[in-house]
Amino acid sequence: METLCFYLFAALAVVCGFLVVANPFSRNPVASAMFLVLTIAALAGLFVLLHAFFLAAVQILVYAGAVMVLFLFVIMLLDLKEEERRSWRKFGLVGGGVAVALIALLMYAALRQSPLGAAGEPRVEGSTAALGELLFRQYLLPFELVGVLLLVGMVGVIWLSKRAVP
Amino acid sequence: MSVGLTHYLVVSLLLFCLGLFGVLVRRNLLVMFMSLELMLNAANLALVAFARYHHNLSGQIMVFFIITVAAAEVAVGLALIVALYRQRRTAHVEDLASLRL
Repeated sequence: METLCFYLFAALAVVCGFLVVANPFSRNPVASAMFLVLTIAALAGLFVLLHAFFLAAVQILVYAGAVMVLFLFVIMLLDLKEEERRSWRKFGLVGGGVAVALIALLMYAALRQSPLGAAGEPRVEGSTAALGELLFRQYLLPFELVGVLLLVGMVGVIWLSKRAVP
Repeated sequence: MSVGLTHYLVVSLLLFCLGLFGVLVRRNLLVMFMSLELMLNAANLALVAFARYHHNLSGQIMVFFIITVAAAEVAVGLALIVALYRQRRTAHVEDLASLRL
């Protein structure tokens, strides 16, 4: 059952990920955004299979909720009609494909050769309580710093969107 | 054959390469940005898989921080794209060539 779920979610994630970057039917950024939502949902499913329940919930809430709504708002604000009539660049397509294929080959070879040390049966872990314990004890300083980062990001965004750029 | 760490890493690898391909090939700033998000998510998947199979919850903490930073990055990046669009009326990287000699 778990194996079946893994293959289902993995196939969904990879196919939708492909449709985000190279949808053969539509060049519309809205279609890309929608397939990105599906990819993120499939990844949340994989997180559940890995017993990272809290992260699966956060993934849905933050990515599929907040981030994608932001993307859709910006797509709505910008007029992107011209995207659909631009053609693919042959050189860029071939060059990018070859480069990415080489990088994929390199990483796969590294994956085959490295000792991953995953012999033992994985324990059930990743409960929200254990995660919170670790977050608020050992990783308290990074947690506070991330809060400051969010504040800085917020101020920066307000400044960028308030000011009419001369 | 049961699902192991390698399976998750292969899925992560595929998603990362798709995202990289999108960043390299697509010329629309928004779609490039979405491809970047795809790459971040692929890294997250690898980290969660390592956390599970190596019995170390720090991987999940790392993913937590990555999600937070990615949210801040998306907000700032999209604000920059909107500011750029206001000034240049385009969201296409090929039209942004004013620094080209």
